[in-house]
Amino acid sequence: MANTKYVIKRICYMIFTIFAVATVTFFLMRSIPGDPLANMARALPEQTKLNFYAKYGLDKPLIEQYFIYMKGLLHFDLGESLVFAGRSVAGEIAKTSPISGMVGGIALVIGTIIGIALGVIAALKKNQWPDYIVMFIAILGATVPVFVLASLVQYMFAVKLQLVPASGWGKPENLVLPVLCMCFSSIATYARYIKSSMLDTLNQDYVLTARAKGLSERAVVFKHVLRNSLLPAVTVFSGSVVAIFTGAFVTERMFSIPGIGFYYVTSINNNDYTMILGTTIFYAVLFIVMQLIVDFVYMILDPRIRVSGDK
Amino acid sequence: MGKLLDVDNLRVSFHTYAGEVKAVRGVSFELNEGETLAFVGESGCGKTVTAKAIMRLHPTNTTEIKEGSKVIYKDQDVLAMSKKELSNYRGNEVSMIFQDPMTSLNPTMTVGKQIMEGLMLHRGLDKKAAREEAINMLKLVKIPDAEKRVDAYPHEMSGGMRQRVMIAIALACNPTLLIADEPTTALDVTIQAQIMELLSELKKELNTAIILVTHDLGVVADFADKIQVMYAGQVIERGSVQEIFKNAKHPYTWALLASVPRLDSENKKDLYALQGTPPDLINELNHCPFAARCEYCMQICKEAMPEETLVDGTHKVSCWLQHPNAPKVKSFYEKEV
Amino acid sequence: MQNIAKEKFQIIGIENNGVEAASRPSIGYFQDAWRRFRKNKIATVALIVLAIIVFMVIFGPAISGYAFEQIDESAINLGPCAEHWFGTDKLGRDIFARVWIAGRVSLAIGIIGALLSAIIGCIYGGIAAYFGGIVDDIMMRIVEILISVPYLIVVIVLSLVLGGGGMFSLILAMTLTGWCGTARMVRAQMLTLKNEEYVLAAQALGVKPTKIITRHMIPNTLSVVIVAITFDIPGYIFSEAFLSYIGLGIQPPNTSWGAMASVAQSSMQFYPTQLFFPAALIALTMLCFTLIGDGLRDALDPKLRK
Repeated sequence: MANTKYVIKRICYMIFTIFAVATVTFFLMRSIPGDPLANMARALPEQTKLNFYAKYGLDKPLIEQYFIYMKGLLHFDLGESLVFAGRSVAGEIAKTSPISGMVGGIALVIGTIIGIALGVIAALKKNQWPDYIVMFIAILGATVPVFVLASLVQYMFAVKLQLVPASGWGKPENLVLPVLCMCFSSIATYARYIKSSMLDTLNQDYVLTARAKGLSERAVVFKHVLRNSLLPAVTVFSGSVVAIFTGAFVTERMFSIPGIGFYYVTSINNNDYTMILGTTIFYAVLFIVMQLIVDFVYMILDPRIRVSGDK
Repeated sequence: MGKLLDVDNLRVSFHTYAGEVKAVRGVSFELNEGETLAFVGESGCGKTVTAKAIMRLHPTNTTEIKEGSKVIYKDQDVLAMSKKELSNYRGNEVSMIFQDPMTSLNPTMTVGKQIMEGLMLHRGLDKKAAREEAINMLKLVKIPDAEKRVDAYPHEMSGGMRQRVMIAIALACNPTLLIADEPTTALDVTIQAQIMELLSELKKELNTAIILVTHDLGVVADFADKIQVMYAGQVIERGSVQEIFKNAKHPYTWALLASVPRLDSENKKDLYALQGTPPDLINELNHCPFAARCEYCMQICKEAMPEETLVDGTHKVSCWLQHPNAPKVKSFYEKEV
Repeated sequence: MQNIAKEKFQIIGIENNGVEAASRPSIGYFQDAWRRFRKNKIATVALIVLAIIVFMVIFGPAISGYAFEQIDESAINLGPCAEHWFGTDKLGRDIFARVWIAGRVSLAIGIIGALLSAIIGCIYGGIAAYFGGIVDDIMMRIVEILISVPYLIVVIVLSLVLGGGGMFSLILAMTLTGWCGTARMVRAQMLTLKNEEYVLAAQALGVKPTKIITRHMIPNTLSVVIVAITFDIPGYIFSEAFLSYIGLGIQPPNTSWGAMASVAQSSMQFYPTQLFFPAALIALTMLCFTLIGDGLRDALDPKLRK
């Protein structure tokens, strides 16, 4: 059937993309000027340096290093941290990503639901005060940089009002502030998007038909308008996930959450190139896979794209 | 036959950023049960706005139906109906079909579900019964393979079929009045003929009154009982189909009739086209709206608005040529009848 | 009927009958867009505020009377006062002067970055749309691969590779993949236009292809691009701020709003104003550009004409 062929094609394509991205990132990282050892300030004896290079395979020709790395990649082995000897990059990722996943996931769900609800309200009450409030929140979420927001939130709720701990990890209360910060971007994105999508849909001819049938305004909105407005929002989903990822860099650092974003930023500041490479590839793969899933979900939901069975 | 619809001095304005556009300027007419009335006129003359106003489909925040307008349906004041009454009125007593069937159907809902909605709302049918009735409706509008098609999506159907579905939706609850807003404009000519034939049969079978909005006089001749010709938001001539086609009195109507290409016309080379454009509806007009484009324009036409005068039977026209002081003119498009 | 004088019933006809066609004067596209933009009060206010910010960015440091790198150890960490309107930072430097100097960097990065990626995007997208076929396929595949990695991660990696921390390498890092969005949009717009009925009509009337492109396709694409640029600028300002936070942004002694905010953030509890001013300016500038972008988009879309 046409559908399965398409699915297979997309998956193959995705694998190719991941491979290409990994390759490019590898060579990019290797082309960073300077010696990784230069940051370990002490003057090291030549032999130690040679040992170091040998250990990390840095003495081999670049192409060989590349193939070794790619092979490792297939086995989910991303090498060892340059700075913290003995720590496997893959291991660190495995340890820290569930934490980020939890915070990010909760923020995403809450943010999306609230964002959609606000968008619907803004569209239905266009140019009245609920619209203005929602748009204000949305614009705030989109223009105030994450770290400023985080500072504010931290200051207000943790320091002044002493409601929740300012940072740290381990207890449920630690979740509150970071989730609050991170869901803002989703709220902002969805509120604006859903509002404009709904306004578009409300202008469609079939909404007029629905009203002409005698359906109450509520029925028109919920049965016809909402469903068709939400559909395009699925495509925006991957964008909001990206915002969660990148927002995590900031929030995890500010709230001292041992997530993958925190370690990514740390390794950047430490010039821990193997960590940076491995984590970058991890992010890229995650994002690419997720985009594919979102595309498939959209295909399932929109009957215009689905190929009907008996045609 | 009872009186179904009584519209009196209907005035509708749109509030736009450029000013108040007075789209309908005092339209009045009556419609009886089972009658077919055609609104004829060029784009922008206010016929669709009038049709939508009868069903109160205009958004209330930008559109104003002015004080003094009256729309009475079977003794009910449509303009004063509550939400509940309106819900019962639309789709059940009065239905409407629109010009573009592709965009007028919800693309993510099956055709059957869209028919069933009205049935479940107005007839209180449950899903199973509604589905059966929907299939019956599809058969009524002559869609082949109705049992399968009931689960199809609009984009899987041709334009003609979609318009039939629209008709099925509109007639599902057996309304007394059907408003058809340019139902064939977006379709091929051969499909046009089929759809008009379908509508003819259905209106006989179900005794539905119909208001047909169109700019195409060719479609009107075989279909309508009465015609009202509209221009710049006003009715400028009205009468039975016979009266209008045989004895039109308004220069605009003559122009409309002359524009229909005919096999037996003497001039086989040029198509007749009326010069000029309709007036901007933002402006108040206190003279005949057609004056600027009228070959027979007189001084009085530029100064005062003509009143509606009776010609014959039910035939009325708003034109200064009817005044006793006016010269007698022959319509330019017809040979002597 | 009233008695009306007989002379009034002479037939005059259409020529010289003096009745105005009574239609509205036609108005050019950009004039109409400007009029609609001005009617949008919020967008107009945003434009004014932005103009003020730009003015201050240019003349602010001169007004303050301080040099932005001037260190004054006797005046560390002051709040807003008479000598230092925005206070001082931990090295005693006047924040008022610094904030406007930083603004030059942030705005420059934002505007130059947005313009560059718009130009590249237009050319790339235009070529893809013009040639179609295999060329278009390959070009778009490349774009798809480029955007399959989250933008900020790409920027981070590129910043590391390009090193430095000067404005040039930052802009380079940000525009190297930043143009992809514009390219897609321009290509999509041109493809739609190619199939629009008025293009077909022009072709049917025998209008030459170059005229079609310059008279019809480019103006319509331009409006989309202008709006995109207006929305891109805050994106670039934000990216730069983000990079500064991670430590990859503009390096001292130069500074940007993001860098100032990042440094001030650690001492936020004690000296909140040091964070407040650069952060507020980032937010305000981004807000203005976004509102102007919204207003432009509404004004330039002829279908929204009410």
